[in-house]
Amino acid sequence: MAETNSIPTASESSGPIETDVVIIGAGPCGLFAVFELGLLDIKAHVIDILDRPGGQCAELYPEKPIYDVPALPVVTGQELTERLMEQIKPFNPVFHFSERIDSLSKGPDGRFHLKTDAATEFIAKVVVIAAGGGSFTPKRPPLNGIEEYEGKSVFYSVRKIESMRGQDIVIVGGGDSALDWTLNLAPVAKSLTLIHRRDEFRAAPHSVEKMRKMVEDASVRLMIGQVTTIEGRGGQLSAIEVKTAAGQEKIPCTAMLPFFGLTMKLGPVADWGLNLNENLIVVDTERFETNEHGIFAIGDINTYPGKLKLILSGFHEAALMAQAAHKIVYPDKKLLFQYTTSSSSLQKKLGVK
Amino acid sequence: MLASFEDTRAAMTKITFIQPDGESQTVDAENGLTVMEAAKLNDIAGIEAECGGACACATCHVYVDDAWRDKVGKATEMEEDMLDFAFDVREGSRLSCQIKVSDAIDGIVVRVPAKQF
Ligand SMILES: Cc1cc2nc3c(=O)[nH]c(=O)nc-3n(C[C@H](O)[C@H](O)[C@H](O)COP(=O)(O)OP(=O)(O)OC[C@H]3O[C@@H](n4cnc5c(N)ncnc54)[C@H](O)[C@@H]3O)c2cc1C
Ligand code: FES
Repeated sequence: MAETNSIPTASESSGPIETDVVIIGAGPCGLFAVFELGLLDIKAHVIDILDRPGGQCAELYPEKPIYDVPALPVVTGQELTERLMEQIKPFNPVFHFSERIDSLSKGPDGRFHLKTDAATEFIAKVVVIAAGGGSFTPKRPPLNGIEEYEGKSVFYSVRKIESMRGQDIVIVGGGDSALDWTLNLAPVAKSLTLIHRRDEFRAAPHSVEKMRKMVEDASVRLMIGQVTTIEGRGGQLSAIEVKTAAGQEKIPCTAMLPFFGLTMKLGPVADWGLNLNENLIVVDTERFETNEHGIFAIGDINTYPGKLKLILSGFHEAALMAQAAHKIVYPDKKLLFQYTTSSSSLQKKLGVK
Repeated sequence: MLASFEDTRAAMTKITFIQPDGESQTVDAENGLTVMEAAKLNDIAGIEAECGGACACATCHVYVDDAWRDKVGKATEMEEDMLDFAFDVREGSRLSCQIKVSDAIDGIVVRVPAKQF
């Protein structure tokens, strides 16, 4: 998604951010929750580990059609995301992308304290967990013993390019991440081998072209094949074996970066003391509240009798959740049921009046 | 006509799934389904199909037996891209959610890989 879209993101600030609601997850259900809460004058911050909104729709199937969103006979995952972003614009949600909520606990005053992996802190009256299938995390190649090397010599992302200086690096994959890291790390590496199963790349054509140039001037070696085994000791890689058309080849290396896309893992949600059933958060069907008063769960992450993991179910859940959240955020205010079609106060909030 | 009455029944096609340990299971699948759907309906082990057949997960990876490769045809570009995310991709690798069941592949043999990613 274009960065020029002026999505408001948080600026560096000291101390915890205080807000009405923290929404964990910017998938379709988290986004629509901003709308339903906004209609009730409730402000929200939205956090997602991805670098853009849309959850599964944006990450797993941006170009594929969805046929069962009411009143939209066909809409792609990306389009649905863009339309939701437009719909919630009047409520100015604040987004915190590329951050994962790691901890959630209750403070002495009954409000919730949340902290991300980048140490951003929030204090909120209500928490809405719209975490879908969990945090998107890099896929781990099914190579025997790979766990032992992760974070030591097998990396799914690199924070400091300098840490790779002088290393014999192997990068595996054919998408943008694999190619971008190949281009970025080749200048500091002692040697860099890019391994992909075929001589065609999904990555942007201009990075493929640059990579081919580097292969020509021998600053990168391109191997067509697949990694079958890894070797090393105490977490330190020493070599990998690659199956190629010509047979098996062993390549000495000190670091490997495999890029096989992302998958969803429940992640930190499991550690927050909430009642779970087969990795899903148990909620009631009146408020979609968890066993902890003030913490709600909507969308794919929740479970209740008859649950369907559909976008439209999550939208409904967001609407009912917002009604219950209002009681917590504004305990003394009476909530009038209103239609957006006819209520002048709702229309004012939406900026159409 | 009796014959046309017979014809209105959904035509069935036989598919054999072979597990990495050699165990084989042959199922009857309705034409028009995908091989992945036939596997799921018959509880074939090792076909995960996390994305439900949207060609977005590569966890329905199978190896089509040599004799059947030409008949099932080639993977599309989208499927090839997705196969990049599968483990131990070989000559006969396909995503089973992208193979349609039809008379043309009656008797097809596919092997389930040792691991889905
Ligand atoms: C290929 C495919 C096709 C589909 N087709 C349809 C269809 O036709 N119709 C339909 O209704 N549904 C369809 N679905 C399902 C639909 O996409 C989901 O129901 C929907 O995305 C759920 O939305 P969500 O907001 O609950 O969660 P998600 O979209 O899963 O988003 C959750 C977000 O939360 C983030 N997150 C999780 N934990 C944390 C944390 N601790 N900190 C920060 N961020 C976190 C994740 O990174 C993710 O971005 C399809 C799904 C797939 C994969
Ligand atoms: S079921 Fe996901 S790619 Fe086939």
